[in-house]
Amino acid sequence: MNIYALVKRTFDTEEKISISNGAIAEDGAEFIINPYDEYAVEEAIQLRDEHGGEVTVLSIGNEDSEKQLRTALAMGADKAVLINIEDDIDDIDEYTSAKVIADYLKDKKADLILAGNVAIDGGSGQVGPRVAELLGINYVTTITKLTVDGTNVTVVRDVEGDSETIETSLPLLVTAQQGLNEPRYPSLPGIMKAKKKPLEEVEFDDLDLEEDDVEAKTETKEVFLPPAKSAGRVLEGEPADQAAELVKLLHSEAKVI
Amino acid sequence: MSKKMLVLGEVRDGELRNVSFETIAAAKKISGGGEVVAVLIGEQVQSLGEEMIHYGADRVVTVEHPHLKHYTPDGFGQAFMAVYEDESPEGIVFGHTAMGKDLSPKVASKLGAGLISDVTKIEGEGDDAEFVRPIYSGKAFEKVEIKEGLLFISIRPNNIEPLAHDASRSGDVASKSVEITNLRSIIKDVVRKSTEGVDLSEAKVIVAGGRGVKGPEGFEPLKELANLLGGAVGASRGACDADYCDYSLQIGQTGKVVTPDLYIAAGISGAIQHVAGMSNSKVIVAINKDPEANIFKIADYGIVGDLFEILPIMIEEVKKIKVN
Repeated sequence: MNIYALVKRTFDTEEKISISNGAIAEDGAEFIINPYDEYAVEEAIQLRDEHGGEVTVLSIGNEDSEKQLRTALAMGADKAVLINIEDDIDDIDEYTSAKVIADYLKDKKADLILAGNVAIDGGSGQVGPRVAELLGINYVTTITKLTVDGTNVTVVRDVEGDSETIETSLPLLVTAQQGLNEPRYPSLPGIMKAKKKPLEEVEFDDLDLEEDDVEAKTETKEVFLPPAKSAGRVLEGEPADQAAELVKLLHSEAKVI
Repeated sequence: MSKKMLVLGEVRDGELRNVSFETIAAAKKISGGGEVVAVLIGEQVQSLGEEMIHYGADRVVTVEHPHLKHYTPDGFGQAFMAVYEDESPEGIVFGHTAMGKDLSPKVASKLGAGLISDVTKIEGEGDDAEFVRPIYSGKAFEKVEIKEGLLFISIRPNNIEPLAHDASRSGDVASKSVEITNLRSIIKDVVRKSTEGVDLSEAKVIVAGGRGVKGPEGFEPLKELANLLGGAVGASRGACDADYCDYSLQIGQTGKVVTPDLYIAAGISGAIQHVAGMSNSKVIVAINKDPEANIFKIADYGIVGDLFEILPIMIEEVKKIKVN
């Protein structure tokens, strides 16, 4: 199977977010593979081990994303592609990213494309389905189980807590939900091997696109932090009195029950 | 300039989900006086059209077909696009639900359009409308606008107030026949896991447990309180990782991001990745044995104590209020 996994470099989930000069401050922050994309990479590797073939991890961004691609290679992916459009395209939204990724993938004959169901930074979850639509292939989002038999695919999808069993076929794009698998940590030999695995860098000029084709449709006007929440009231007294007091406050003061 | 808007209502178990009415309210605000047309898609949805009118839609178009019994992106995509082509709206509003998240990028891509997902607030009206959405799971927010062309947004449930129900409103409920073909996904089975049908993303009250619940059976008092309050049960990553509950309950930066009116965190320490998923709840209650737990820093009300002691008393007290 010819498998692609889409990977995004994101802030570590443990990072606090601050703003400087109207943008999210990146100084000193730790970056990781978007956690949902890790499930995608792990599933890709397991499928290759079971069915044979090749796993290519693909990211769009600048050279900083090489680190996350190397991590995916260390987990067991075979090849990596970095589409570096930093020098050519100023504003990127989901429309832009999907156009660029789909253009790169259009002649790659991918059987299966895996991605995270959402990135923990932007959080829109658009790029996966958009890429599938641009490539004219089917997609299933937020999957928790994937079984491939020839070209037949059975998927279990998380739908707001319910699970749907879906039958479909390759070629297919799926987006990973938590629970799909347990992503492995890269092993030391894996890290050593990853250094020698191919990481291809593609520039905007290498694609069949003009800058006008990918111009962002949306524009961020402002980024801001939520108002700081001040600590509230800690109740006192016997447990029974506290619990009764709490229910009373929620009923008559906060008016939420 | 007024805009003609198309909204997609959502049906679950034969009833309209609340977010359907919220899409109408959002569309009205953006429309600047333009017409708001609601679309309902399913096997049998015609009878629900009137309710959309009562909540402020000017007209309703329904698409019914046996192949639309379950949501699939192909089936619902074909149905929605057929109505879109008839109506040529200048804006679209979906709910940012499992269905809306799945379908909206497909429709946006087909239309070559931008899409602002997961909007929690609309500032200004008509042409001046700006859209606020959480980023980094609510650790920050951004204000976004569409540069040109179709104005397409999806709204997070439970954030935009529906218009008042007005049973005296009337409007046309038309049905459109669409050929639904070539479905590439076939739904074989649906297993319901949600508690009492209250969905986490739409719940007004959430009672969430962490490692402090100590085991799967430790969730029982949480479930009882949640059911009593008409709410849903959630969990921290700690509780999910320890196999106390299903991952579908997880709230946090990985997991669901929720904004209920009342969030009760029981036995949850308040790790930054959990807080990101719930800190925008309107009222937060923390119950934890550890007085130093982080969760107290963001709680409106806190009790330092054992959840197994506190929750049963709360349950009895809530029952008393319900009786009165």
